[in-house]
Amino acid sequence: MNAPGRGRILFTAFVALMLTVLPLPPWLDVLRPAFLVLAVLFWSVNAPRTGGIALGFFAGLMLDVFQGPVLGQHALALALVTYIGVREHQRIRSKPAFQQALIVFAALAVYEFVLFAIDGWSGHPVTSPLRWVHTVTGALIWPPVAAILASGSRGHA
Amino acid sequence: MAAFGTAAGRPLQGRGGSPGFHFTLYAALAVVAMYLDQRQHYLERVRYVLQAAAYPIQLAVNSPPAAWAWIRESFESRERLQAENARLRAGQRDLELRSMRYEALAREIGELRGLRAALPPVADRWLAAEIVNIQLSSLRQRLLIDRGAVNGVFKAQAVLDDRGLIGQTTHVGPWSAEVILITDPEHGVPVRIERTGLRTIAVGAGDATSLALPYLPANADIQSGDLLVTSGLGGVFPQGYPVARVTEVHRDAVQPLAQVRAAPLAHIDTDSEVTLVWFRADHPAAPTPTGDSLGELKSGTPSMQPQPAPPRPQSAVPRKQPAESQATEPKAAAPQPATPQPATPQPATPQPDASQSKEHQ
Repeated sequence: MNAPGRGRILFTAFVALMLTVLPLPPWLDVLRPAFLVLAVLFWSVNAPRTGGIALGFFAGLMLDVFQGPVLGQHALALALVTYIGVREHQRIRSKPAFQQALIVFAALAVYEFVLFAIDGWSGHPVTSPLRWVHTVTGALIWPPVAAILASGSRGHA
Repeated sequence: MAAFGTAAGRPLQGRGGSPGFHFTLYAALAVVAMYLDQRQHYLERVRYVLQAAAYPIQLAVNSPPAAWAWIRESFESRERLQAENARLRAGQRDLELRSMRYEALAREIGELRGLRAALPPVADRWLAAEIVNIQLSSLRQRLLIDRGAVNGVFKAQAVLDDRGLIGQTTHVGPWSAEVILITDPEHGVPVRIERTGLRTIAVGAGDATSLALPYLPANADIQSGDLLVTSGLGGVFPQGYPVARVTEVHRDAVQPLAQVRAAPLAHIDTDSEVTLVWFRADHPAAPTPTGDSLGELKSGTPSMQPQPAPPRPQSAVPRKQPAESQATEPKAAAPQPATPQPATPQPATPQPDASQSKEHQ
């Protein structure tokens, strides 16, 4: 697969950000996967040179503006997730879709745990178990998301 | 840096620093940002700029629902519009009749309080704002409104709708502002029970239709149906604005604190417009300014578990207030008796008669 352009990566990240902040009814909001995390993780695995830790950091900063209690919370969590993605990109890329989804589940759990820890540290503890629901829906939706992102970049190349 | 830029066809390994190095760099940046934002509030300017950058995205995200609402409104039938018009006219006549004696009453109250002239209303001016984006999850209850610093909106400004209190602004951008709702689990509003004058704090429960009153003792005089109004403490909301109505009082014999729920009067989940209010700073009912910019509870917990006492981050600052208010307003026209502990949610007198009669029953 050819390396996709910077513009395509930014465009998909932008669309994912829109999906993340789109207002939804509360019950659907709980189920909503972290689209931006999925997109950024996909690019850090499939285009580690263009969409790397820097992309994760700045995407996280945007998330902080929209929904973070402190600036830097999502940025740190996403930088960690993209670091894992970039570091292990060759191993993750060679796995079949089902195992990729499991890895994504673990990455989302790491992501949510960082958010959870920082929430507690900054004095906004939210201990509701509902906050972990999106790790499962995110892993479930990973195969179609990855397929969409991959097909787009193949068409572009 | 130029060397990195020119190496166009470089292999993955030699691209200027390992992933570990990049990660350490950005993680350190994020940690520093968090520290500055949390502890020092240094990043207000950065937030201001970022909020301006984010506003177009939020507008775009909101455009499909807004377009749908506009289409529905424009194709509304003539009969419905006429009915609504008649209803509004009736409502306005009702309000005008009710406010007809307002001037006379205001003067009477002024005379009763020994003031030379009637006080102007505490609300100086107000501004309607449209809701651009709304988050109503159990973790965050926030609104984004289309007014910002260019309209004079400031941080920790009171936001109302036509029925009661909605919340206060937390982050103000140039053209937009984020409003934390009174139902947000991180928000607490100092309230007074209108029937008894008992003061406490109403904490958001993460649900647009309920507030929790976690700091009332089990023998507190409170019952279902009581109206909660702002107490004027905390430095954000002026006293006397309606907040919520008590819906549920649960007293457990083994727990020292009553478990009380209240429903906000404002239609938080159905509003499309809210009102920002500026208050006269020298008015007796105006919120007493505190040193801290935010009057909300910084570390309040939404849980209904009994707790000995709430954290009082501002207790050192407002202790000076009674002395100041007495000095500046010798007539002591404050509608509520000044107490030396403004932020105390526990009542000083727990009404022994009421509690005893309940025990006998």
